[in-house]
Amino acid sequence: MSLDIRVPIGLLFLALGGLLAGFGAVTHFTNPAMYAKSLEVNVNLWWGLVMIAFGAFMFRLGRKGVKPAAPSSDL
Amino acid sequence: MHTSLAWIDYLIMVIYFAFVLGIGFALKRFMKTSTDFFLSGRSIPAWVAGLAFISANLGAQEVIGMAASGAKYGIATSHFYWLGAIPAMVFVGLFMMPFYYGSRARSVPEYLRLRFDEKTRGLNAISFAAMTVMSSGISMYAMAKLIETLHIFDPLMQTLGLPQSYIFHLSIVVSALITLGYVYLGGLTSAIYNEVLQFFLIVAGFFPLIWLGLKNVGGWSGLVAKTPAGFGHAWQGMTDPDKNPLGVEWFALAMGLGFVLSFGYWCTDFLVVQRAMAADSMTSARRTPLIAAVPKMFFPFLVILPGLIAIALPTPTAADAPPGASASVVKAETMGLGIIPAKVDLQGNVEVDTNGKPVLDYDLAIPNMLLHYFPTGLLGLGLTALLASFMSGMAGNITAFNTVWTFDIYQAYIKPQASDKHYLWMGHFATLFGTVISIAAAYVATQFNNIMELLQLVFAFVNAPLFATFMLGMFWKRASADGAFYGLLSGIAAAAIHHGVTLPAGAVPGVKGGWLYVAHGYRNEMAQNFWTAIWAWSVCFVVTIVVSFLTKPRKEEELVGLVYSLTKHDVDEHLAWWKRPAVLGVVVLLMTLGLNIIFM
Repeated sequence: MSLDIRVPIGLLFLALGGLLAGFGAVTHFTNPAMYAKSLEVNVNLWWGLVMIAFGAFMFRLGRKGVKPAAPSSDL
Repeated sequence: MHTSLAWIDYLIMVIYFAFVLGIGFALKRFMKTSTDFFLSGRSIPAWVAGLAFISANLGAQEVIGMAASGAKYGIATSHFYWLGAIPAMVFVGLFMMPFYYGSRARSVPEYLRLRFDEKTRGLNAISFAAMTVMSSGISMYAMAKLIETLHIFDPLMQTLGLPQSYIFHLSIVVSALITLGYVYLGGLTSAIYNEVLQFFLIVAGFFPLIWLGLKNVGGWSGLVAKTPAGFGHAWQGMTDPDKNPLGVEWFALAMGLGFVLSFGYWCTDFLVVQRAMAADSMTSARRTPLIAAVPKMFFPFLVILPGLIAIALPTPTAADAPPGASASVVKAETMGLGIIPAKVDLQGNVEVDTNGKPVLDYDLAIPNMLLHYFPTGLLGLGLTALLASFMSGMAGNITAFNTVWTFDIYQAYIKPQASDKHYLWMGHFATLFGTVISIAAAYVATQFNNIMELLQLVFAFVNAPLFATFMLGMFWKRASADGAFYGLLSGIAAAAIHHGVTLPAGAVPGVKGGWLYVAHGYRNEMAQNFWTAIWAWSVCFVVTIVVSFLTKPRKEEELVGLVYSLTKHDVDEHLAWWKRPAVLGVVVLLMTLGLNIIFM
């Protein structure tokens, strides 16, 4: 199949991570009270950033077509 | 727990669904032959197949069910992973995959036909097809029930002008349509690709939950201090069923779960084996379950810990209830354990068991944890992860069903020798009616309070005897076709009889057992299932051997590539040592042993 699954994974995580981080950044000042349940941690912001990093990593791998550590054509 | 969703939560769900269906559309143009549709053209790299291998099994019943068992039995639930999955996954990769992949069989029942004969294949194909739609139905039921209980979509229903009672039906239909959509479009590849996507999403959605939960209860030691004695250990008190939360002794655990149920599931269930069979080479196929074993090893932390944290948290009091909560909801929460509420019947009364204690709704452990810790935004992600887990479980079943139906039932008995185009059409059509039967099965699943136990029961009937057939078939060349068939038949019969004459504590005779006569009682459903599996396996094993000796064996030259002693094994001699399946297998087993010792 010529669709590399790492590309859609990367794009999905970039989209969702961007959305969460952006929302987290805005609510950090407008509505800090909503983070009472998450132990005063702005989980939207930092988890969004983690997801962006992961998404960018997967997208890059997929775009470059880098084979994962174990090449599959070894038989 | 009461929460309503905001626009961002809905947006996250919508984006996810767009990706899921988008993958289906993107793959549609590659689905030209039945091999593309049912086998992904045997072109999937090992790591993708590996993640799909565990993700197909990581359905709602696992995420919800394992957290439920975590809350009910504690860390002992990890036996379902460290004893009840990893060793079997290593075994299937090292010893069984050469025959599955090497024989070029398109399905597990087809391997049975090559090794034995048509009637053994038929029996397996039919029981397996029934089992897949059943478990896909359970997956659907679990999700719909959950959505209904959480009341999170109630405002949406009001906006749409629909009565609130429709939410159960609507959830089933919508989720079935989405899964149907991407499997119909992109076949097995679409299912596998989405399973990999779902795998990462599930980890992303649940990881912050564990982090926040553990931080809240004071880390691991705080958690152990706040949960019942023994909940922090996997092996304590296993000498006596009365001394551990599982209610089983080590023999039933090791033999029933660790050997029969686990090997029966991971080695013979086409749902998972199909993912490895789609791999792009023999080495990839063998490496698939071994790669899968590594994340699988750490799943207990992701799915069992939330259950434990849920019961470690303080139980809400009536004063905690938000204004406007109905009396029955407040009663259920205050009579629960931790943040797991009691079950409430339609009249608003808390349900009690035969000892007068409230019956807890353990399946709500994970969802209540999400609502407890996640703010708007991340809550949308957590719920999307739940929906994703549900879909991967359902799509896995549907792809296994359409393949077995098309190749092993339709092509074998209804219309042999049709064109490839016709079977491709049949595959699409089977995807459609498989989904419809699953919906029907979802409405049957409402009888049980721990869906994991129902599932184990089905596995005990179907997979447990089958594993005896496979073991003998792959490793004993004398095993004959008649031996396999009558062995399998008597194994299933033994499971039925055992289930019919035993009953778990607190249950009434009926679907939970004892429908023939109650000769023996078990501490719980789990113990009963383990013994059902042990009986089914043993009877199949013995009957197969006896009948094989009474019947004619097959010629040895017909069994090359199908039986261990008649097949060459040195496929990985040329690989670097760290790429060899055998080495990977040993590493995986040592790591698992380590985890068992740490949490002993």
